Amino acid sequence: MNNSSTIVSVQNISKSYWREKLEIPVLSNISFDIPDGEFLSLMGPSGSGKTTLLNLIAGIDRPTSGTITVSGNNITSLNETSLAKWRSNNVGFVFQFYNLLPVLTAYENVELPLLLTKLSKKEKKEHVQFALETVGLADRMDHSPKQLSGGQQQRVAIARAIVTDPTLLVADEPTGDLDKHSAEEIMILLERLNSELKKTIIMVTHDPRAAEKAHTTKHLDKGELS
Amino acid sequence: MKIPLSYTFRSLWTRKLTTLMTVTGVALVVFVFAAVLMLAYGLEKTLVDTGYDDNVICTRKASQGELSSQIDRDAINQIKTYPEIKLSKEGKPLASAEMYTVINLHKIGSGDMSNVVVRGVAPEAFELRPNITMKEGRMFALGTNQIIVGTNINQRFDGTQIGESIEFAGDHWQIVGVMDAAGTGFDSEIWGDAERILSAFNRSNAYSSMTFRLNNKEDFEKLRDRVAKEPRYNYVELKRERVFYREQSEAMSMFITILGTVITVIFSIGAMIGAMITMYSSVANRTIEVGTLRALGFKRRNILSAFLIEAMMITFIGAGVGLALASTLQFFAISTMNFTSFSELSFGFALSPSIILNCIIFAIVMGLFGGFLPSIRAARMNIVNALRAS
Repeated sequence: MNNSSTIVSVQNISKSYWREKLEIPVLSNISFDIPDGEFLSLMGPSGSGKTTLLNLIAGIDRPTSGTITVSGNNITSLNETSLAKWRSNNVGFVFQFYNLLPVLTAYENVELPLLLTKLSKKEKKEHVQFALETVGLADRMDHSPKQLSGGQQQRVAIARAIVTDPTLLVADEPTGDLDKHSAEEIMILLERLNSELKKTIIMVTHDPRAAEKAHTTKHLDKGELS
Repeated sequence: MKIPLSYTFRSLWTRKLTTLMTVTGVALVVFVFAAVLMLAYGLEKTLVDTGYDDNVICTRKASQGELSSQIDRDAINQIKTYPEIKLSKEGKPLASAEMYTVINLHKIGSGDMSNVVVRGVAPEAFELRPNITMKEGRMFALGTNQIIVGTNINQRFDGTQIGESIEFAGDHWQIVGVMDAAGTGFDSEIWGDAERILSAFNRSNAYSSMTFRLNNKEDFEKLRDRVAKEPRYNYVELKRERVFYREQSEAMSMFITILGTVITVIFSIGAMIGAMITMYSSVANRTIEVGTLRALGFKRRNILSAFLIEAMMITFIGAGVGLALASTLQFFAISTMNFTSFSELSFGFALSPSIILNCIIFAIVMGLFGGFLPSIRAARMNIVNALRAS
């Protein structure tokens, strides 16, 4: 159900994959709402469908049935081109393995989503600098990913995720490839983005310590919310 | 094009070896393509430059060239009297009635025999072709068996040095000079006095052609029509000299171009397959990057154009290298049989802006064909599958 404080509404979502003629159900009739400014963690065993659910909410995958509404937009009805535009304006992605483009510098990686906007060069520079300052890496903007540690690369990825000031931040195992100390830093950063910049964050994690930082935790098991 | 060119360029740089190999393959194809075009253009340029815009050449109608042409002395003398013909410094018509034939000479080194053009000319021939200068020695004397040889003949045939004699038409002919015809077809000819050579070949009344200079270039059509209407010598055909030589080069030039293009197209298939393999490998190595870009909001067409540009960048660089290599061919000369005169013709490879443009277009087309399918594969990737590729 939509109300003024709901930013994401997931209604009767099911998702199946097909292997040749065999249907493999991943999510079964899932419904829930996420309020604006929420920090939600999705937990569950491997294969429970949490990444699939995250992908559906982020608009990089389509449900077999059901609807997903984000900020009043039914994203399940958008065509591919509109969905790509919607993602660039509304979703910031944080991946487990950072997914930075290795041939670009930290600055250029963060600037990438801004290339899809009509901002001037000066405005883009201001946005990138702000994002890198927010994650504490303004002094490393000319470094390539391989010159940065895992934690620093993830912080660059977070800067890339927030540079367009999106409605939603989706993070898939953001600490999954990091040591304990770096993971702690990333979680503190995500908490700050949620509390200070009021970003709604949906995070998939296996790590109970990471999940503790979230306001709400939902558990998925065999494609159903438990 | 939203994806920055720096991404494309640096991606190529990170795969230096495969990029280098593909660039080399493309460069070789472009080299061959450029060489063929340069050869055809060099031939055309050599023959076309042989003529002048305000010179007119008279040959027999339907003759394929000067070798198969005959014009009577009477017709020559009549045409010379037309007022449209410019007068020489001596006040005579600036016209050279010429005898054109071929003889055999031995090539330096191999000793093989080859046909060489002998042209009997009038003294006005040099005023008609001001780019011809004496490089060594002196001019032949009228009424004697003295001859001068073109630079290419002097360099490529035995017995063609100053002071030496060659034999033809049952007589000995002494070489007294070497002429420099500025790279034109005359560099591959032997010149002597027309009357003496006509007599030696027992053709006293039959010239091969006559070349004359017009007072005014615009008079050509009027003069041509007048000659065509004259019953005594309407078998004579007038052509602007430059047009005549362009036609002489057409068949050979077309032959070289067609043969070379066929060979190049076959080679280019190999280069395109090479570019395709490189691009498929590039796409496979960057599946996650493609997935990430698509997740960030880049559209399929952005991915498609980025990979196509990458393929075209490879072939463009290849084109540059191939053209640079081909440009060095300009320092080399080649000699071949001129099928119109059945004589040896020496000419160089010549590069022109249109050849450069053709090679670049050819390389870009190779890039488009070679890069198209891999780029389509990249653009059609499912985002979720691409992100899971690790």
